Amino acid sequence: MDFNDTKEEAEFRAEARAFLGKHLEPKGDKPLRQRVDGSEFMKLAKQWQKTKSEGGYAQITWPKEIGGRGGTPMQQVIWNQEEGKFDAPTGPFTIGLGMCIPTVIAFGSDEHKKRYVGKAMKGEEIWCQLFSEPSAGSDVAGLKTRAVKDGDEWVINGQKVWTSGAHYSDYGILLTRTDPSVPKHKGLTMFIVDMKQAGVEVRPIHQASGGREFNEVYFTDVRIKDSDRLGEVGQGWKVAIVTLMNERLAVGGSPGPDWAEIMAYAKEAGTMSDQAFREKLADWYVAAQGYKLTKFRTQTALSRGQTPGPENSIGKIITANHLQDICNSAIEMQDHYGILTDSDRMPADAIFQQSFMWAPGLRIAGGTDEILKNIIAERVLGLPQDVRVDKDIAFDQMKSG
Amino acid sequence: MNFDFSEDQKFLGNEARKFLEAECPMTAVRLVLNDDDVSHNETVWNKVVEMGWLGTAIPEEHGGLGLGLLEVCVLAEEMGRVLAPVPWASTVYFFTEALKLAGSNEQQAEIMPRIVSGDVVGCYAASEGPGNPAADTLKTTFDGSTLSGTKLPVTDGDIATHAIVLAKEGSGASLVLVDLTGAGVTRKTLQTLDPTRSHAEIVFDKAPATRLGKAGDGEMLNDQVLDHAAVLLAFEQLGGASRALEMATDYAKERYAFGRPIGGNQAIKHKLAEMYVKNEVARSNCFYGAWAVSTGAAELPEAAAAARIAACEAFWFASKENIQTHGGMGFTWEVDCHLFYRRAKLLAVQAGAPKVWKEKLVRTLENKNAA
Repeated sequence: MDFNDTKEEAEFRAEARAFLGKHLEPKGDKPLRQRVDGSEFMKLAKQWQKTKSEGGYAQITWPKEIGGRGGTPMQQVIWNQEEGKFDAPTGPFTIGLGMCIPTVIAFGSDEHKKRYVGKAMKGEEIWCQLFSEPSAGSDVAGLKTRAVKDGDEWVINGQKVWTSGAHYSDYGILLTRTDPSVPKHKGLTMFIVDMKQAGVEVRPIHQASGGREFNEVYFTDVRIKDSDRLGEVGQGWKVAIVTLMNERLAVGGSPGPDWAEIMAYAKEAGTMSDQAFREKLADWYVAAQGYKLTKFRTQTALSRGQTPGPENSIGKIITANHLQDICNSAIEMQDHYGILTDSDRMPADAIFQQSFMWAPGLRIAGGTDEILKNIIAERVLGLPQDVRVDKDIAFDQMKSG
Repeated sequence: MNFDFSEDQKFLGNEARKFLEAECPMTAVRLVLNDDDVSHNETVWNKVVEMGWLGTAIPEEHGGLGLGLLEVCVLAEEMGRVLAPVPWASTVYFFTEALKLAGSNEQQAEIMPRIVSGDVVGCYAASEGPGNPAADTLKTTFDGSTLSGTKLPVTDGDIATHAIVLAKEGSGASLVLVDLTGAGVTRKTLQTLDPTRSHAEIVFDKAPATRLGKAGDGEMLNDQVLDHAAVLLAFEQLGGASRALEMATDYAKERYAFGRPIGGNQAIKHKLAEMYVKNEVARSNCFYGAWAVSTGAAELPEAAAAARIAACEAFWFASKENIQTHGGMGFTWEVDCHLFYRRAKLLAVQAGAPKVWKEKLVRTLENKNAA
C-alpha cells in the first residue's frame, strides 16, 4: 500500500508537467477566470485547447485513429491532476468532449466524425447538451420538445433548460420527442443541432445564487436534416444513456471551502475553543478524507488496469452536503456579521457566503441527492426500482406537471 | 497510486471469510450470548489459534508468521463480520501491539511465542470507571515490582492469562505486564450490553508485575497502543457494518408489504444508500489508517482517529437502521440484528468514545497547523 506512481506513471507525469510548465502559469491567488473578462477567457481557453490537442493531451484515452493519445484512464487522471495545479482555462470544452462528442463517435456517420470530432478537440467548436426541460429534470425521459418529420427534415419546437454553455456553443446534441403516442422512453430521438441557426434562442437563467451560468434554450420551427440524426428514430433514450455514461471521471477537488478553510477562519475569529465546533470540524475532516481517499481507491483500480468499483458513486452526495454544512456553520460562527457578502469586509473574500448560495444548486445539478441515492440503492445494492406508473402508458395520455 | 490491499492480502481475506463462515456461524456466537457462564467460544478460539492468525504480525524470530499489520487489518474485518466471540481483539490489537511497542526484546521473546501457541491470552487494562483514563487521575499504582488497584471494565479480562495495565508510577504513568493467573489478582465477570465479548473487573493487590518500557512513558505508550488498536478495531467495525448492510439489503428484497418488497420504497432505499455511503467513507479512512499504521507514518495520529470516527459512525448507523429495516422481527431475540447493535456500541466505546477521538483529531490538526 502506497501513494506512489508506477515507473510508467511517473514518467508520464513528468512529461505532462513539463508540457504544462512550458505553456501555463502555476495557480496564483486569483484564478484566470476572475482576472480576465468572459471573451478574453474564451479566447485563452480555445488557445489552450488547441495547444493541448497539438501536444497530444486533449483526449488521452481516445484511440489514435480519432486524434486521441491512445492512453490509459490513469494517464487521464494524472493529466487532470497536473493540469489542475496550473491556472488552466478549461471548462468550456468539458461537456462537449466529455459527453457530446463521444455520443457523436458512437452514433454518428463517418461524415459527422470527420466534420465534428477534430474541430471539437482543437477547441475550434464548442458543444452543449440539450436534455433537461422545465417539466423533465430527474425524469428527463418525460421531455416535451417535439420533432416532427417534414420531408428530409425535422421541425423542432420546444424549450430546454439548465443548458451549460449554450450561449457560446456552436453545436448541441438535442433529445426530442418524435412519437408521443408510445410510452415515454420509446418515443425519443437524438439530433445534432446547429446552435447558431435561426429559431434557436438562448436566454440566461437568473439563478438563486444571483449568477447567470446556465441557460434556457428555446426552439421555434428549427429545421434539422434527417442526416443529422444520432441513432434510429425512437432510439433516443438508448443514445442518451451513452451520453450520460460518458461523464468524465470525477477528479476535481472539493467544490469550495473545506475543513481547512473553516479551521483557519475559526482560529482568526477565536472560536477554536468551542467544543461543539471542534466535534463538527472532526466530522468534516473525516468526510473530506473519505471523499479524497475514495478517489484514490478508484485511481488504484485504474492504475492496476481494473474497472473501478461502485464506491466512486458516493462523491457528490458527500461533497454537496458537506459544502452546504460548512458554509452554514461558518456564517453562524460570524453571528450577525455573517450576513454580509461584501468580499472586502468578509474573511476569505466572502467565500463561505458565496458557496452557501451555490451549495443548493450543487445538490441538484447532475443528479439530485435523491436520484443518486436511488442509483446506489438500485445499481449497487440491487434493490427494486421505484414504482413507475407511466411505464406502459402512451406519453400523450400521461399526466405531467 | 496503490491504495488498496495486495492480491495476496485479499486472498487471505477471502480464505478467512470462508473459514469463519464455516467455523463461526451465528449459532457459535449465540452459545456465548445465551449462557452467562460462557465467556467466549472456545472451539472457535482453538481453531483461530490453529490457523496461526495470532502470530500474523509477530516476527518470525518470536514464533510468528512475520507478516504485517495490513494482514491483521484484513483478518480484523472478517472477525468483525461474524462477531467472533473470542478474545482476538484484546490479544492481537491491544496486548500484542503494546508488547511490540513497549516490550524489551527479552519480554517479547518470553511472551510472543506463547501468544502464537495460544498459551497466553492477552487483555489491555486502562479504564478505571467512567471517563477516559489519564495519568493524573489513575488510581492503580505500580511500585516497581507489584501492582495494586482496580481496573474495570477490562475486555476479555476474565479470559486472559496476562494483562498489560496502565498504572501510576511515581508522578507519571507506566505500562506494566501482569500474569493474571498469579498471586494478588481477583477477577469478577461483569454484565454488559454485549455479552458476546466478555468483560471483567480486575482487582490487583500487590500482584507481581514488570514494567514495559521506561517509567513515566505510560501515557505516551498508551496513546501509541490506542492509535494501533483504533485502526485494527476500525476494520472490525467495518466488517460488522458491511454485514449489517447486507442483512438489511437482503431482508428489504425479500420482505413484502403493500404488495411489493419493502426495498422498493425510497424511504428504505435511501436509508440503505446512506448506509453504503457511510460504510465507504469508513472503508477509505480505514485504508488510510492501515497504510499509516503499517508504514509507521507520521500521519498515524490523524489517520487512526479518522478511521475510528468513521468506523464508529458507520457501524452505529448500520446496526441501528438494520434493526429498523427488519421491523418488529428485528426487535426479537432470535433475529441477529441486536447482536450487531450490541457489538457496534461496545466497539465504539472500548478504546475511547468517538467524542474523545474527535478531540484528539482536532488537537493533532491544530498542532500540525502550528508547526
